[in-house]
Amino acid sequence: MADSIKIRATLKGDVCTVKALIKHEMETGQRKDKKTGQVIPAHFIQEVNCTHNGSNVLNAAWGAAISKNPYLSIEFAGAKKGDKVSLSWVDNKGEKDSTETAIG
Amino acid sequence: MNTKRRIFLKSTLAGSAIAVAVGAGLLSPRQVLAAWPKDAFEAKNIAASLKGIYNADMTTPSSDIEIKAPDIAENGAVVPVTVNAGMKGIESISLFVEQNGTPLIAVFNLAPNAIGTVSTRVKMGKTSNVVAVVKAGGTMYAGRKEVKVTIGGCGG
Repeated sequence: MADSIKIRATLKGDVCTVKALIKHEMETGQRKDKKTGQVIPAHFIQEVNCTHNGSNVLNAAWGAAISKNPYLSIEFAGAKKGDKVSLSWVDNKGEKDSTETAIG
Repeated sequence: MNTKRRIFLKSTLAGSAIAVAVGAGLLSPRQVLAAWPKDAFEAKNIAASLKGIYNADMTTPSSDIEIKAPDIAENGAVVPVTVNAGMKGIESISLFVEQNGTPLIAVFNLAPNAIGTVSTRVKMGKTSNVVAVVKAGGTMYAGRKEVKVTIGGCGG
């Protein structure tokens, strides 16, 4: 299942730019529900990994201060058209998702 | 020998050489986080976070770090930030919003073939410096840019 991630990997020379948009609440745990007055529990992505042909190019730790529905863009060299790029995330509740695309 | 056969064999060898390098883990980030660095993310100031992530307490200002962010952010909940670092041997880029209750936003550990540029969107509670710390070749560099915030984005 890769429903939460929209990803595009484009190539210029041998540099691949990966742009991703992830659907996630990124709830800080500081907001209060207006109706009940209860604190809305923290729910945010903690780890993001991006691989190129199976090899890790990015390993990131995120906090709740990354905006809701996070946008991410990174670049790496040594890429060729058709190479596989994958992006995965794990959040503080242990939920996760990942997706894969080919460099176009 | 048949020319076509020579070219075919040559390209196969080149492909497999890269495959060996990848398989041997040579193209992985040099700094990988074991578990989520809770203390660093809950630290109330940048120095404490840096100690938690890199075990470092000093940074050198660098003009090789460019932070692209709006001078004035209309919505503090979604502030686009891009860090471009040009020095060699970048291992990791950390992003902070100095005036947030807990300044550490994210840590990006990069493989040797990754370019020193990351782009994302962050929450800012109020007008503050956005600070990027780059670990390259064992040295910690820092760059900063002030972003004015009209409506804070932490929802508190």
